[in-house]
Amino acid sequence: MVTTLPATATMLPESELSDPQSGLIPKMSARSVSVYYGAKQAVDDVSIDIQTKYVTAFIGPSGCGKSTFLRALNRMNDTIPGARVDGEIMLDGEDIYRSGMDVVHLRARVGMVFQKPNPFPKSIYENIAYGPRIHGLAEGKAELDAIVEKSLRRAGLWEEVKDRLADSGTALSGGQQQRLCIARAIAVDPEVILMDEPCSALDPIATAKIEELIDELRGRYAIVIVTHSMQQAARVSQRTAFFHLGKMVEYGKTSDIFTNPREERTKDYITGRYG
Amino acid sequence: MSETALPDRTGAFQARLRKRYASERRFKALGLCAVLFSVGVLAILLVTMTMNGIGGFQRAELAVPVDFSKAELAIDPQRLNDKDAIQALELAGLPLLIDNSAEQTLGRKAADELGSEAWREAARDIIADPSLLKRKAVLNLPTSKDLASALRGDGHEELRAQARDLVAKGQLARNFDPGFLARADATDAQMVGIWGALKGSMLTMFVTLLLAFPVGVLAALYLEEYAAKNRWTEIIEVSINNLAAVPSIIFGLLGLAVFLWIFPNYRSAPLIGGMTLALMTMPVIVISGRNAIKAVPPSIRDGALAIGASPVQVVFHHVLPLALPGILTGTIIGMARALGETAPLLMIGMRAFVATPPDGFTSPATALPVQIFLWSDEIDRGFVERTSAAIIILLIFLLVMNGLAIYLRNRFEKKW
Ligand SMILES: Nc1ncnc2c1ncn2[C@@H]1O[C@H](COP(=O)(O)OP(=O)(O)O)[C@@H](O)[C@H]1O
Ligand SMILES: [Mg+2]
Repeated sequence: MVTTLPATATMLPESELSDPQSGLIPKMSARSVSVYYGAKQAVDDVSIDIQTKYVTAFIGPSGCGKSTFLRALNRMNDTIPGARVDGEIMLDGEDIYRSGMDVVHLRARVGMVFQKPNPFPKSIYENIAYGPRIHGLAEGKAELDAIVEKSLRRAGLWEEVKDRLADSGTALSGGQQQRLCIARAIAVDPEVILMDEPCSALDPIATAKIEELIDELRGRYAIVIVTHSMQQAARVSQRTAFFHLGKMVEYGKTSDIFTNPREERTKDYITGRYG
Repeated sequence: MSETALPDRTGAFQARLRKRYASERRFKALGLCAVLFSVGVLAILLVTMTMNGIGGFQRAELAVPVDFSKAELAIDPQRLNDKDAIQALELAGLPLLIDNSAEQTLGRKAADELGSEAWREAARDIIADPSLLKRKAVLNLPTSKDLASALRGDGHEELRAQARDLVAKGQLARNFDPGFLARADATDAQMVGIWGALKGSMLTMFVTLLLAFPVGVLAALYLEEYAAKNRWTEIIEVSINNLAAVPSIIFGLLGLAVFLWIFPNYRSAPLIGGMTLALMTMPVIVISGRNAIKAVPPSIRDGALAIGASPVQVVFHHVLPLALPGILTGTIIGMARALGETAPLLMIGMRAFVATPPDGFTSPATALPVQIFLWSDEIDRGFVERTSAAIIILLIFLLVMNGLAIYLRNRFEKKW
């Protein structure tokens, strides 16, 4: 069914994809990426450039392959038996699927935050310190303490937890847990942060905090966020890609996508014709 | 306003409600009965075991006053610290001294009913407290097994009368026998101890744990975390499940055929016993370990992978610590089963009569359940009580192991 769809996706010309206005070279770029689960194709021929300066949102009806494509960007699909990726995904011009690529190093550079907050059942401190420790980013306790504080501050959690760093990370509220997970990702100093519906398990107030946080982190990291809420995409992102049935239908400035979509299907989705 | 009754006021609704409450009460009562029944059975078991077993911690002893200060045993007090102090005391004439003292105070007939090993008990008393050699003391020494059974009301009328007489004079009594916890097997129920079998069991369990735990946990980790899901892993999985259901005597045969063939000199040794029981325990650990590993939420693995932990780091830093309580519970269950196992140990020769506690993993030993089995086979009535006492020791061992399991589980359990 996915494959029978006519290839009507508006592929922007190469020049436009790399965003000449900004004059930036892309942090990550995908070329003709298809992802398969066994015989089933979940992502079909997607090409996209992701810039450091922006928050990029992936929107689209559920089951259209947003998570699958996102997980292809840091090779988290490797852990799923039978998953296969075709095409090229570059990080700073280097193909992440080439043989000899160190996946562990890649995932330190391209961090990920999941739909459901998943702090380790360890102390708040340990949650943050774990990544820097396994990557040898800190010499001694003082440096590690500094990284923990910096990461928690960036995630806007420091004031709330500084007096109980030894408490379990799982004892925090859902929103705090999600910010802890963001801090955990930040702690290993990534270049790209992928977020898969990071607010879908949170209440509106916690959601607002995360959105604020994403806005603060913008510019420092390339951020890609999958969301099912178009309002959220409009609020936090500068670039939006619309996915449908495994294909990327349209990609462009968020304001253009929401006010002036070029594709009929994008318009239908945005106006709530289906979802 | 309509006149129709509210739905919860109709007769049919009330009837349904009553029925529901009644069935709930019935279910509660049944459940309570089941719990009471199992608690009752357990209580009966414990009470009878304790009643029978208490006697097993006692033995018939004659009170023999000995005046060491007058008799002057020719022994240098320094020698009492030596390993062969008992032989030294024997050479110094302790057996004769005991016999004479007994004859003087109890009469010849009673002195003859002193156990043939009684002087050894006196020697142990002296070694424990050398100041005895300078004074007069009353030693409680084991009787012969005939007098012991006469005291219990069995045997010749003549001997029973003598026992009654000695009891009346306060010279014969059943006393608590702490040595039961320190001695090994013997032919005389008066002289047996459980320490030999207990130590044998501990050594055997240690070998079992040392082999089965790492192998079982690594196998479980490999199967859950690394092995590709294909026909081969399925076959291995089914084989392991079947292995857990194989009757234990088969493992004994395996131990006999393989381990004793490789190590023919270690017949009856805890090393071989432990290896055999490890074969039996390992599948239990693998199965419970896999379940515990499966129960670790995949989101924890994802979280660790996503910050660049390698698969091995994910396993050892996250999965294993979270699965550990479950693995430990399974391990203790497997170990408890192995502890109570008799059949495989019989096959590899741990049923031999071993009169000294094993002093290592390779010296001949027996194990608690085997000892119980052997004693229960004895004709002498004295062994009946000793058997119950041994069962109590085995149960205590099991309780300690289970307590340890609960402690470890609570200690390592994490909430998420
Ligand atoms: N592990 C998997 N194995 C097989 N199929 C999968 C797996 N994960 C997702 N899929 C399928 O791939 C398609 C895309 O899924 P996904 O990327 O999760 O969509 P989205 O995140 O946009 O809702 C869906 O049809 C889904 O059923
Ligand atoms: Mg998804």
